[in-house]
Amino acid sequence: MTTSTIPSTEESAAYLPRKAHDTPGDRAFGSVSHIILIIWAAIVILPMLWTLMTSFKTTSQIFASPFSLPDGLHLENYTGAWTTAGIGNYFVNTVIVVGAALVIVMVLGAMCSYVLARFQFFGSRAIYYLMLAGLTFPIFLAIVPLFFTLKNFGILNTLPGLIITYVAFALPFTVFFLFSFFRALPGEVAEAAAIDGAGEWQTFFRIMLPMARTGFATVAIFNFLGLWNQFLIPVALNTNVDNYVLSQGMAAFASQAGYAVDFGQLFAAVVITVTPVLIIYILFSRQLQGSVSQGTNK
Amino acid sequence: MTATLNVTPDRGEFAPARRRGVRKKLTFDRVSFMLVFLGLPLAIYLVFVVSPFIQACYYALTDWSGFTPTQNFVGLANFKRIFTDDIFLTAMGNNILLAVVLPLVTIVIAFIFASFVTVSGSSRGQTRGLKASGFYRTVSFFPYVIPAIVIGIMWSLIYDPSNGLLNGILTAIGLDQFQDFPWLGDERTAMAATIFVIVWSMVGFYMVLFVAAIKGIPAEYYEAARVDGAGRFRIAVSVTLPMVRDTVQTAWIYLGILALDAFVYMAAMNPGGGPNNSTLVMAQQLFTTAFTKGQFGVACAMGVVLAAVTLAFAGLVFLVNRLLGGKADS
Repeated sequence: MTTSTIPSTEESAAYLPRKAHDTPGDRAFGSVSHIILIIWAAIVILPMLWTLMTSFKTTSQIFASPFSLPDGLHLENYTGAWTTAGIGNYFVNTVIVVGAALVIVMVLGAMCSYVLARFQFFGSRAIYYLMLAGLTFPIFLAIVPLFFTLKNFGILNTLPGLIITYVAFALPFTVFFLFSFFRALPGEVAEAAAIDGAGEWQTFFRIMLPMARTGFATVAIFNFLGLWNQFLIPVALNTNVDNYVLSQGMAAFASQAGYAVDFGQLFAAVVITVTPVLIIYILFSRQLQGSVSQGTNK
Repeated sequence: MTATLNVTPDRGEFAPARRRGVRKKLTFDRVSFMLVFLGLPLAIYLVFVVSPFIQACYYALTDWSGFTPTQNFVGLANFKRIFTDDIFLTAMGNNILLAVVLPLVTIVIAFIFASFVTVSGSSRGQTRGLKASGFYRTVSFFPYVIPAIVIGIMWSLIYDPSNGLLNGILTAIGLDQFQDFPWLGDERTAMAATIFVIVWSMVGFYMVLFVAAIKGIPAEYYEAARVDGAGRFRIAVSVTLPMVRDTVQTAWIYLGILALDAFVYMAAMNPGGGPNNSTLVMAQQLFTTAFTKGQFGVACAMGVVLAAVTLAFAGLVFLVNRLLGGKADS
């Protein structure tokens, strides 16, 4: 292996144009790689398609054979899951909690990271590291005292209690990522705004926030997914069935389906829960993958 | 407090862009701005995140049951108790097994796939990957965004002994011994089946991560290796792997933290800890101890152990990377 001293360039391996012909070995290797990747793609897709298909079957059909096609769209699975199993109620709760928490955490996170990134004052670095620490420690360590904190505030088992907890635990991630976006903005713009007579408030809302738009959107998508998928916090801190969110409602439904056995509804409930994230994924797939990539580019 | 200190030293582009300030005057505008912008988020963070973490460390040293206003200080008795508790030790063993196997399997698969789609194309001409790589990436990435609880439920339906997809396929191709085989109910397969599900959901994300890292490697390195006669395997091990070492480290830490938690997946697939506690994890044991048994002091001690193991794990990964020459290469 050579220890190459060729200076690195901006060009990366995959962006270069194709030309030369393939050797037989290349073709064989290429085919094998394609086959492996296709098998993996099938392992990813098939279970989902199977779940979708099974959600249209009645429970007795499900028991008859895992492969039989549904004899019609048994939409009563969906209506049953939505109403009798309470998935509809959980869905609404989730939309409320995730929506409110997302808006609040993005506003607070943007404000906090902006101040930390663009102002120097005594303790600013300490606050930043305190936020980072919150990103590292397992939530499980905090869960018991958190239960009593919420109880003392009288917001245990309520949606507002859940919202504020979501906000608090999504804050470190939000601040950590927005921090770097605000840091990267040119300071001259803020100075120009100040010369034109804009106060700090105006500068933030009218100039800096719009400039950090892309980073803001990415962090918002990740926060949405994280909060939509959150499981431990609601299970521990939101035990009133009326206030259940989807993830914990699904868990409760699945564990009870073992006795009451309405598998058709359970499959339908799975599909209902996955649909919103699927839509988000299709809309933002490029952006999601792009932002995963950004993290490692040097 | 110097403004030139770079907070994220590995990311050059985030180095402070602004000039060392002229000290600004404290106007009402500025003071109110700072108070609201920093004060409000910080207050929420301190009350709902920092304070519970600190309280947990204190409660771990008490015999608190949650229903008494006061608690007695019992020193390290809780820790002594959980370290002599066979069930907790089993759970800890399972977590450690997960933290070793899960990242290893996920990273190996993700790395191989990422190499396929980026640099494993033709051995002549420019370095390039396979066709349709975007398709593979997009499909593999998708499970990452599905709620973990739903992934768990979906797979427990697939693993279902009599009506599941897996046994359906296996019996259909003639493997009749798998008729009614309980994948999650058999002590020999429960853990492996669970690990597979977590790997299934994570591979796509780490594949995208590795693809990005590999694209950042200058093409000359590959050309030079090829001129020297290195084959694909040799290139992957001797060129690609050392160049993405920091990404591997990051991936290992993320996956390890996930493995040391693993609560959601376990709660979905084997809420009771699995056959003979073979998939029980510390987080489940903590949850039961706190919210079913009401032994909050002991549960907090378990939380402290969990946090300590997590930090030790991250430290270990850094150390191993350093020992293998991490700094020299990057």
